[in-house]
Amino acid sequence: MAPVTRPSTSVTLGKAINMGLRKAMEDDPKVLLMGEDIGKLGGVFRVTDGLQKDFGEDRVIDTPLAESGILGTAVGLAMRGFRPVCEIQFDGFIFPAYNQIVTQVAKIHSRSRGKLPMRIVIRVPFGGGIGAVEHHSESPEAYFSHTAGLKVVACSNPVDAYWMIQQAIRAEDPVLFFEPKRRYWEKAELDTSATPGPLFVTSVVRPGDDCTVLAYGPMVKTSLQAASAVEAEGRSLEVIDLRTLSPLDLDPVYDSVRRTGRCVVVHEAPTNLGLGAEIAARITERCFYSLEAPVLRVGGYDTPYPPSKIEEDYLPDLDRVLDAVDRTFAF
Amino acid sequence: MSSGDIGVGPGDSSFAEAGPELIQLLTPEGERVEHPDYSIEISPEELRAIYRDLALVRRIDVEATALQRQGELGIWASLLGQEGAQIGAGWALEADDMAFPTYREHGVAWCRKVDPLDIISLFRGCDNGAWDPVATMFNLYTVVIGAQCLHAVGYAMGMQRDGGNGATLAFFGDGATSQGDVNESFIWASVFAAPVVFFCQNNQYAISEPIEKQSRIPLFQRARGFGFPGVRVDGNDVLAVLAVTRKALDAARTGQGPTFIEAYTYRMGAHTTSDDPSRYRLASEMEAWKLKDPIERVRAYLIRSGYADADFFAGIDAEADELAARIRQGTVEMPDPDPDSMFANVYAEQTPYLTEQAAGFAEYHASFATAEQEA
Ligand SMILES: Cc1ncc(C[n+]2csc(CCOP(=O)(O)OP(=O)(O)O)c2C)c(N)n1
Ligand SMILES: [Mg+2]
Repeated sequence: MAPVTRPSTSVTLGKAINMGLRKAMEDDPKVLLMGEDIGKLGGVFRVTDGLQKDFGEDRVIDTPLAESGILGTAVGLAMRGFRPVCEIQFDGFIFPAYNQIVTQVAKIHSRSRGKLPMRIVIRVPFGGGIGAVEHHSESPEAYFSHTAGLKVVACSNPVDAYWMIQQAIRAEDPVLFFEPKRRYWEKAELDTSATPGPLFVTSVVRPGDDCTVLAYGPMVKTSLQAASAVEAEGRSLEVIDLRTLSPLDLDPVYDSVRRTGRCVVVHEAPTNLGLGAEIAARITERCFYSLEAPVLRVGGYDTPYPPSKIEEDYLPDLDRVLDAVDRTFAF
Repeated sequence: MSSGDIGVGPGDSSFAEAGPELIQLLTPEGERVEHPDYSIEISPEELRAIYRDLALVRRIDVEATALQRQGELGIWASLLGQEGAQIGAGWALEADDMAFPTYREHGVAWCRKVDPLDIISLFRGCDNGAWDPVATMFNLYTVVIGAQCLHAVGYAMGMQRDGGNGATLAFFGDGATSQGDVNESFIWASVFAAPVVFFCQNNQYAISEPIEKQSRIPLFQRARGFGFPGVRVDGNDVLAVLAVTRKALDAARTGQGPTFIEAYTYRMGAHTTSDDPSRYRLASEMEAWKLKDPIERVRAYLIRSGYADADFFAGIDAEADELAARIRQGTVEMPDPDPDSMFANVYAEQTPYLTEQAAGFAEYHASFATAEQEA
């Protein structure tokens, strides 16, 4: 038997998604990519770089500039047995497609009594921190998590990104795939011969004893930094990367909170009716007698995403995470 | 249908030849030509003023691009090459008309007396445009492709109903013509005979995608299917653009409904400063379009006809230098917005919840100041 090679390389998050897309296209000829500027340009973040050259214009489709069109035609392609992977150029431009996603993509499997699976992936670079103009820094994940029939995931690092995009493409349901755009250039060692865990599973990324910090997408790194910052003070934070936003996988969270008695949920999206609200409610229902303090939320403020000169004041950072952690101890 | 039938776009052998429908009054060489349907009466003084606007707007653009390169702006969307289309359209606007720009209409803004620094503040990340859209009759920039076209139609329907004398001018790009909102705006304008003029700058690209990714027929021909006239004008010919837009706005104001104007032009720069066009287009294409520069032809005409001398051009250059210096200074000295300004104007009637959140925000920030003092 030939020796098993373990090709491990250092890749950026953007490149990891690119590699995952390539693998998915090699594995299944029914996988198509659709979006604005994804062909020759390789996408504005270069996530699809080189794919049109290698898979041709029929499989990597530069679409007309119309998001409703991208999602609406993806529905028809999915009905025909294809697996379209749609790129939305920026979070704020998903809304022309909102109607198709919420009224059609989300409901067709149920309306057709399972006869028409909607195997569609919608890739969305999301979140702020890159100094962009308006509509380029938003976090619209709650709108979709609120809609039955859609699954929603967010990756936070290159290794997860590589596996999760392939698993989302293989999934039998429509998946909103949120990519933390300010982390596209962050690197990690990727071993493409490893065996990934399942997609819709939450993972503990840093064990700790004193307080559970929940995050996803770009806020995972921020939360890990917060945990490192207080380590010297003798405070131990357990950081959990949710990964899946709908369905939520909260069993590891309940286990954690029962041990720590404290929990802070962090996201860039506005706090009001964000993911944190649902998570706090469920934790309260399941872990009430273990809680030393109410579950606290750290999020964007309930304002439109501000101009970039003041976005750092809007976005949760290490200080705001630690401030919330402190408040859980003040109860 | 072969792509040869389309007559537009790089995929076609006649690329950069806009076809016989192209309305032109001033050739790239600076020669005045006549057109059977469009004419223009323009005094030497007005011509010099048009030249001045073209030159100053280009200078604003060059300065803003440089400021971005030096880290003073987050991004800049250049209008390089589209000055003729924009100054022509801007000159056609009357006081009562309302303009609905995209994010690239810095030339139209100039004609509407918007201070360039109020545009630069958006691209610097200080606000979403600092000018007053009501006072200037120039709407705020709209970044979401095509959304403003419906607003322009609704505003025009308002003018129809409250006895206004104006019309609206809706700006959008070639890529935008694929959006649902834009197509819906055509339908509404047509059905209600709204006093709106659709001004499409076909600069041949939507970021990396050439026009044939959006359309298999020349864009102006689409109008007919919606029930109103469409024309294609040389977008690099400021006089033709002015004549065509003026006539269309007049028609709209006098109850004759909408017109679609396709200003055939070329985006000489990158899509924005974040873009790298070498990935998707050939430099030779740009060289061909350089020969059709919208400013050079006016200059040539002014010289040829003896309407302007070297002193005039030197004067404009000096004025451009001054303007650039003012913009540079105004930009580097521009203060950052107050962080708590994010809570202002979210609602016309502020909610108690947000008031409380804003107070918490202020308190949180004050706690750092206190901590610093104690340290
Ligand atoms: C709804 C929406 N989708 C995508 C984008 C991203 N985007 C910004 S400009 C642009 C291309 C626009 O092309 P065109 O309409 O030709 O105008 P131009 O930029 O060439 O002036 C795209 C896709 C956006 N701003 N809004
Ligand atoms: Mg364009």
